[in-house]
Amino acid sequence: MTKNKSRLVVIGNGMAGARVVEEILKRARDRFDITMFGAEPCGNYNRALLSNVLNGSRSAAEILMNPTAWYRDNGITLHLGVKATQIRRQDKLIFGVPLSKGAAAYAVEAAAPPDAPAVIAPYDRVIIATGSRPFVPPIEGCAGPGTFLFRTLDDCNQISGCAKACRKAAVIGGGLLGLEAARGLMTHGIDVTVIEAASQLMVAQLDFEAGQMLRDTLEGMGVKVMCDKITARVVRDNSRITQLEFKDGSTIETDMLVISAGIRPITEIAAACGLAVNKGLVCDDQMRTSDPDIFGVGECVEHRGKIYGLINPIWEQAQTLADVITGVNPRAAYVGSKLGTKLKIMGVELVSLGETQPSQAGDEVVAYREPSRGVYKKLIVRAGAISGAILLGETDTAGVLTQMFLSGAPAPQRRADLLFGSSSGAPVLSVLDLPDHARVCNCNGVTKGQIKEAIMIGKCRSVSKVAACTKAGSGCGSCRNLIVQLIEAYAGEVADDASESYYVPGVPLEKSQLAAEIRRLGLKSVSAVFRRLAGGKEYPASKAGLASLLKTLWHDEYEDERDARFINDRVHANIQKDGTFSVVPRIYGGVTSPAELRRIAAVAEKFRVPLVKFTGGQRLDLLGVKKEDLPEVWKDLGMPSGHAYARAFRTCKSCVGADFCRYGVGDSLALAQKIERRFQGVESPHKMKLAVAGCPRNCSEACVKDLGAVAIEGGRWEIYVGGAAGSTVRKGSLLCTVDTSEAALKYLGRFMQYYREHGEYLERSWRFVERLGIERLRSILVEDHEGIGARLDLEIQKAVDAYNDPWEEAERPAYPEQFSGPESARALEAAATHG
Amino acid sequence: MVELMNVIRLGNIEKIQRGQGRCFVVNGAEIAVFRQRDGRFFAIQNRCPHRQGPLAEGLVGDGKVICPLHAHKFDLVTGAGAEPSEYVKVYAAREQDGEILLMLSAENN
Ligand code: SRM
Ligand SMILES: Cc1cc2nc3c(=O)[nH]c(=O)nc-3n(C[C@H](O)[C@H](O)[C@H](O)COP(=O)(O)OP(=O)(O)OC[C@H]3O[C@@H](n4cnc5c(N)ncnc54)[C@H](O)[C@@H]3O)c2cc1C
Ligand code: SF4
Ligand code: FES
Repeated sequence: MTKNKSRLVVIGNGMAGARVVEEILKRARDRFDITMFGAEPCGNYNRALLSNVLNGSRSAAEILMNPTAWYRDNGITLHLGVKATQIRRQDKLIFGVPLSKGAAAYAVEAAAPPDAPAVIAPYDRVIIATGSRPFVPPIEGCAGPGTFLFRTLDDCNQISGCAKACRKAAVIGGGLLGLEAARGLMTHGIDVTVIEAASQLMVAQLDFEAGQMLRDTLEGMGVKVMCDKITARVVRDNSRITQLEFKDGSTIETDMLVISAGIRPITEIAAACGLAVNKGLVCDDQMRTSDPDIFGVGECVEHRGKIYGLINPIWEQAQTLADVITGVNPRAAYVGSKLGTKLKIMGVELVSLGETQPSQAGDEVVAYREPSRGVYKKLIVRAGAISGAILLGETDTAGVLTQMFLSGAPAPQRRADLLFGSSSGAPVLSVLDLPDHARVCNCNGVTKGQIKEAIMIGKCRSVSKVAACTKAGSGCGSCRNLIVQLIEAYAGEVADDASESYYVPGVPLEKSQLAAEIRRLGLKSVSAVFRRLAGGKEYPASKAGLASLLKTLWHDEYEDERDARFINDRVHANIQKDGTFSVVPRIYGGVTSPAELRRIAAVAEKFRVPLVKFTGGQRLDLLGVKKEDLPEVWKDLGMPSGHAYARAFRTCKSCVGADFCRYGVGDSLALAQKIERRFQGVESPHKMKLAVAGCPRNCSEACVKDLGAVAIEGGRWEIYVGGAAGSTVRKGSLLCTVDTSEAALKYLGRFMQYYREHGEYLERSWRFVERLGIERLRSILVEDHEGIGARLDLEIQKAVDAYNDPWEEAERPAYPEQFSGPESARALEAAATHG
Repeated sequence: MVELMNVIRLGNIEKIQRGQGRCFVVNGAEIAVFRQRDGRFFAIQNRCPHRQGPLAEGLVGDGKVICPLHAHKFDLVTGAGAEPSEYVKVYAAREQDGEILLMLSAENN
């Protein structure tokens, strides 16, 4: 420790605490010896993404922003799991105690294990960044098991843990967080009721009409909503929650309760040492408290009478504080923030900025409503600039609106452009006009300047590359459009990267564009696509991918040119290293019979098959068969193709299930065979391997299959998608839980069809699920919020109906030479040529 | 210069599907003959220099073939491989009156 370094202690290791330290290090790396107290047991994470953890779409590790290594690398002393309890200003010391395991980080009392030695840190300067704690309204019987708050990762884990054993949950509070909690709970397959004391949802961010529409949307998704309800009592049977009783005497049944009724700044440590505390810790424009050596930042702060509960103000406060405390700009001033929020609920698009109602004479209100689609858009313009906006149901212009709102830029004459985008397609706001310090990504506090640098110096030419480099766009995703505009503005075309996104080389279109063109021009064969869309040039590497897409688009109208198929698909067998082929007949659900086995044995002997082997897919493989022998082998087998060579439905493995196994709760064998009979041969961007398990012991490994079904108590099935256990190992994501095997077939089919339509060629299901997010898939496939469920069901049915066993080509070859081997020719004539 | 060529009649062009290849064994040598969709014929050695994959079974187009085993790519006119040190032997092939003709220099015989 150098003696001229001053000692800075930061209390609170949340979003504000960690951010302000980052800002300080950026300005003056060696100015301070930094010590941090963090009551939570992990490094700093993005609290705003907790709902994603609750609904399972992200892991805890994915929302971590500053892992413990970051503190180490920056020479910061971090007291993790230690709560600061006292600031002794007279001798400039801070005292802390380690919290015992399981203690809530935000509880008023510090629950320390007995005899835990105190942590003592001397300071020259202090930053208080203690954040806030959830407010718990007075409700009788509220404390006890089954009641949860929603603030920390720990809360998230506890809520998910409890939800697994519950059928009904109630959420008190219909604000931003309450709704996110409710939606997160829904993904655990339980009934959720939101209880709001006011007469509308999200009263701070929406007007009544929007609140009503949001309510309709949520109810349409299966969330129950009750407004004007004040909860009086939690009824328990022993300690278990059974009911909620309201002030009006009515009741509802519930097994658990999440309270999200607002937040309160954590100020006791500041108040105890005599700092000025009102509703929050009072700070001036330099973020200083009433003690010139002590500063505040984040949700614990009250600034000009306001307390903020969002991230955007934190980024601004942190910058000012860092400027002041490092001396880079002692007169820097924070003057308050404008507020905008995005509801991060799958299936609900909602952005709210600033005011919800006109409040001054001359305020201009522009509104558009389309109730049938749940779309509502409203704009409040004051003195030519945006003072408030609500976008519900459709938020394409949110990025631009937010930037104009935050920067106070003059609104365009045609207000409609702000709600719908300009009629010419040109961006309403030129990103070139944004100042470098304008914050484009609010989740991660990334400015335009940083993104520009990533594009121009880091050569990032796609949203994902910008995200990898700066984190911008990796949070709630609402800034992605702006990032695209920035790439276009600073890198000219998105040229480098565009070709990466082409469906196949040589045809400069992404999959959806390509499909649209193919439909529009009625192109039904691969050669027709080359003729019309690739200037007549035939790209051999693109043939198989195009064939797969055309087949999905046209079903039996597809003109099947066999030269566009990979050899395996020409001869319906898998080519081996020596040019021979392997034969895997279909064995539904792994169930065979003595007669089948005898035929297989006879074939193996007759054709001198070098190797007969059980595959990992619960069937038999005859390896080393000559191409010429294939038709005879198939005829002798008398079994259909197992498609072990195709980018298609492969197998559905099964365990023995309820009929024989003492643990079985579902008839896995019956379902697996139904699945295999239904979907055999259905083609897809990559292979699809399935499994069904008769209970959660999961003996058939259904959780690591492209699609899997697992029986659970009560005759229900859990449907998993995107599992993998090849070169990548990934546990499948739970798509939904269903009551019948018919419903299982339905959702498996829906997923398959959506994957067929939207998967990139050779994109395996796990990658597809990760790219789109299970959230979004669930909203499209289960909640059907795009209204395409019925169409997907119809399309997959067409694919099922189009099935025929390719091995029937043993009797009727597609062309005479389909299975012929090398032909002998002899040189007979000699002729003189001029060379 | 005058070179002595052997002309081999491989039979009707329909022996090879449009856009595909086929392997012929000529005096013990495996030769892959391709009939591209635009009507052009090509002939190269059948065995891939990488690990002996049967090139006749590969995907063809734009004067190139892709080996079915590990997708190495070869130019059907020059024999050059996309991998720097790989190349295949090229022969002359064409259609005449509905028949495929393959020309081998006499030394190949
Ligand atoms: C026969 C079999 C091995 C066995 O003897 O058990 C097998 C054999 C081949 N697998 Fe496999 N896989 C076999 C089960 C698996 C499994 C396990 C399973 O299905 O339960 C996996 C892991 C799960 C998965 O699918 O990821 C598996 C992961 C792969 C992969 C890696 C895929 C990945 O992206 O991670 C490949 C390569 C590929 O697809 O690009 C592959 C590719 C291959 C190919 C087709 C290689 C090829 O393209 O020629 C192998 C053919 C060998 C041959 O000469 O015929 N095989 N392969 C299994 C056939 C199962 C069946 O009945 O259909
Ligand atoms: C579920 C959820 C979703 C949200 N979504 C959004 C969103 O979409 N957009 C948005 O803008 N905002 C959102 N927010 C709000 C945002 O997360 C907060 O504004 C932000 O986290 C506040 O930062 P902070 O550092 O002030 O407080 P916190 O992030 O709470 O950090 C304070 C930390 O200090 C610790 N601490 C407290 N007292 C002590 C002590 N005495 N000693 C040591 N440590 C202590 C606390 O345990 C905590 O770890 C959301 C919040 C939640 C809970
Ligand atoms: S793991 Fe699969 S691909 Fe690899 S050698 Fe074995 S069978 Fe072939
Ligand atoms: S054998 Fe042809 S690429 Fe490997």
